[in-house]
Amino acid sequence: MAIIVDNDTRLVVQGLTGSEGRFHGLRNKAYGTNVVAGVTPGKGGQDVDGIPVFDTVAKAVDEAGANTSLIFVPARFAADAIYEAIDAGIGTVICITEHVPAHEMLRAYTYFRPKGVTMIGPNCPGVLSPGKANVGIIPAEIFTEGSVGLVSRSGTLTYQIGHELTQLGLGNSTIVGIGGDPVVGSSFIDVLAKFEADPQTELIVMVGEIGGDEEEKAAQYIAEHVSKPVLSYIAGFSAPPGKTMGHAGAIISGSSGTAQAKKEALEARGIQVGTTPTEVAQLVAERIKA
Amino acid sequence: MDLYEYQGKELFKRVGIPVSNGRLAETPEEARTAAEEIGGAVVVKAQVLTGGRGKAGGVKLADDPADAEEKARNILGLDINGHIVRRLWIESASDIAKEYYLSIAFDRGAKQPLFMFTTQGGVEIEQVAEENPDALIRLHTDPLEGYQPWIARKLIYDAGVEDPSEQKQIAAIVEKLYRAFVEFDAMLCEINPLIVTPDGEVKALDSKFTVDDSALFRHPDVAEWRDTSAADPIEAFAREKGVTYVKLDGDVGICGNGAGLSMSTVDVVAHVGGKPANFCDLGGGGSAEGVVDALEVITRDPQVKSIFFNIFGGITRCDEVARGILEALERLDMSKYPIVVRLDGTNAEEGRRILQEAGKPNIYPEATMLEGAKRAVELAK
Repeated sequence: MAIIVDNDTRLVVQGLTGSEGRFHGLRNKAYGTNVVAGVTPGKGGQDVDGIPVFDTVAKAVDEAGANTSLIFVPARFAADAIYEAIDAGIGTVICITEHVPAHEMLRAYTYFRPKGVTMIGPNCPGVLSPGKANVGIIPAEIFTEGSVGLVSRSGTLTYQIGHELTQLGLGNSTIVGIGGDPVVGSSFIDVLAKFEADPQTELIVMVGEIGGDEEEKAAQYIAEHVSKPVLSYIAGFSAPPGKTMGHAGAIISGSSGTAQAKKEALEARGIQVGTTPTEVAQLVAERIKA
Repeated sequence: MDLYEYQGKELFKRVGIPVSNGRLAETPEEARTAAEEIGGAVVVKAQVLTGGRGKAGGVKLADDPADAEEKARNILGLDINGHIVRRLWIESASDIAKEYYLSIAFDRGAKQPLFMFTTQGGVEIEQVAEENPDALIRLHTDPLEGYQPWIARKLIYDAGVEDPSEQKQIAAIVEKLYRAFVEFDAMLCEINPLIVTPDGEVKALDSKFTVDDSALFRHPDVAEWRDTSAADPIEAFAREKGVTYVKLDGDVGICGNGAGLSMSTVDVVAHVGGKPANFCDLGGGGSAEGVVDALEVITRDPQVKSIFFNIFGGITRCDEVARGILEALERLDMSKYPIVVRLDGTNAEEGRRILQEAGKPNIYPEATMLEGAKRAVELAK
């Protein structure tokens, strides 16, 4: 099982002929992901190390049977790439590109949300189901197959926590980086629902950070809808209000969005929050071995 | 990017929202000239990117040009919540009969634009929301539907604006404000107060405008308005160098890769009893040159006593970071800083080997994030 990407994933990389797209597309393929196509307008008919390139996503769907898209195009073309993938019938869209204008993403989100498409990102590291498929830029060698579902707003922090879990002999069902932007395709709640339904996942780790109220909403959702144990980590306790910490979404505005408020909301619902990445991994190990 | 009042008003003017006639001034003499050109009584307003400037004495009425010069002299250089006043907006004074409030915010929680309107303007909107929540009309709208006239009608009727002329003027302003919100990729457009003069004219007396940084490529003229002198000098230097840096008030310099890990590193340093001096994110690339730039920025802060590199390589390669650290030791005077380095992930072993072979006495390798943080805190003492 696992979620979002697995052995049934047939991947098209939008922007495969660009340097990032090529590097990571081939890396994903080397991992064992079924990369069936690339799309670059004007380069249809070419190939990248044997992966056929098409002019449009619709062609990649028709001729190569793509069902999942990975987007690496520059920010100003990202929204267009998302619409193209969805209109071509792609069911899972994962957008790595950062600095996508928020208004464009807001309109795209409003458009695709009722269609039941799974969208991850933008500004995210992608999705990895160890042993099955890697779609994005997550360094897969850090992770092993197992039963811990990991969902995070941050890339490298996810690697850190995944690494700590691996050190303790724990593996993952799927690692999902939902992205650090104000509007992302999937929220914590969307991913939590998938982990809850996934038989391989026994425990879920949710890695949040300052800004917005997604962690607070997730806390309520977990209390009402998630039967599996959930542990959490929040980054940004030392962040000053009014300054963005690298992610466009990571900003404390007014009295809301602080790490402390998120921690309290989670703990009020019985969800343990680790103080350091190391402690979170230890809590997971204790919970699994108990 | 937050805009100054006068910049926000410039955008208001472009979409046709009525504002008072005004001029920018940076010296008392310029304030005098501005007041002469405008004529009559003027208001001298400090331009700072923070609230509460009225209470801090940053907004004064001036009867004539000489008075404007005098008031400008008093306001320039004021410290308002840590922001030094360097610019003034001189505008024609308005008589005020009523003060309303109107805003459109990018509500990331609801993933919709949020309109807010109340006839109880002129005070902090949080105060209205708390003390008289029924008076604050909130309306979420569909971004694909865009602006429709019913939106303004709903705000106006629900808030209880009864005068037909006011209704008409406000409806036009709501539509124009939405246009500004979309056209300029705003995260927030706020008019507080939106005033009604004794003659029944409705206009924007203040502006609060935030533009999405990711959309600035579409608005090169607005991007140029960024006032680098207003930022902390080290933060301004970091921006110049392309380094993502936020100054904090401690002595352990921190450099990570990726926003989440860098934020977490700041937390862990604080957790083990240290005082983080900054947040610094090498970003995705993490080239050797980027590392040198980051170290140059971090060491501009005289409070820094030790530096902690916490790198988990993904796209970033640890060998590249190691080379960058050694390069910085060559090019900058770094001898007084103990540098704790923790490398994991892509090419970590090669990175560690490069550092070990260099044999620099002030480089302290550590195996984990937690141990690295503890060591850096110890070395700052």
